[in-house]
Amino acid sequence: MKVNIEQHQNEKDVFVSVSGEIDAYTAPKLREELLPLTEGNNKVITVNLKDVSYMDSTGLGVFVGMFKQLTKNEGELKLVELSERMKRLFAITGLSHIMSISDNAEDVGR
Amino acid sequence: MKNVMDYIEMKIPAKPEYVGVIRLTISGIASNMGYTYEQIEDIKIAVSEACTNAVQHAYPEGESGEVIVGFGIYEDKLETMVADSGQSFNFIQKKEELGPYTESTTVDQLSEGGLGLYLIETLMDEVRVSNTSGVSVFMVKYLSEERENHDKAASDHETY
Repeated sequence: MKVNIEQHQNEKDVFVSVSGEIDAYTAPKLREELLPLTEGNNKVITVNLKDVSYMDSTGLGVFVGMFKQLTKNEGELKLVELSERMKRLFAITGLSHIMSISDNAEDVGR
Repeated sequence: MKNVMDYIEMKIPAKPEYVGVIRLTISGIASNMGYTYEQIEDIKIAVSEACTNAVQHAYPEGESGEVIVGFGIYEDKLETMVADSGQSFNFIQKKEELGPYTESTTVDQLSEGGLGLYLIETLMDEVRVSNTSGVSVFMVKYLSEERENHDKAASDHETY
């Protein structure tokens, strides 16, 4: 059980793909790699969750942390290609009302 | 009321790397019992959240401990208890000692466990939490269709 993170970025935009399971064991690694990306103003980070096979509140915590940090610095967090399961997790916790989530890669509107 | 039960108990070190092992186990048990894919995923999250709470809050930094997970397998439901006292327990006795899950308990527990306990409560049909001699989380998921309206969010996805 592990999590993999791939990223590439240009001046302003960062693209991250996460795969694997996000739980109490792997979330700290994810936080460690993703949170530093939120530093700086007006950053736009797009996180692709297509290949995440499991996630619970520990993973939600990582993305909430990123969301808070980016919002503070007038940046933006976009979570894209969420599976039905993943969308449901954001829906039942109420996070889908405040965060930008999408089930496809192109349309990242709310 | 059906009283026939098979019982499985696992003891894991209170370390985050073992939460996934419990998840694999409960996935196997729930699959054997005939739960749908959606239900199994819900159970996996709820039980993982309880284990995560136990692993993260039960023992101070640097102190080792154990988490006990008991699975009560019935014809019509799966009962799971996660206890961080590290002591084996009498499953039946322990579950009878637990009081009803009240509104005040919910608020207290939510402030402690954040989204985790909220998810447990949302994804399972019955949840009880005990704070005597460590923390025990007892949760039930029913197999039969009519009980699924307990979990309205889930029922939207039950297409089986």
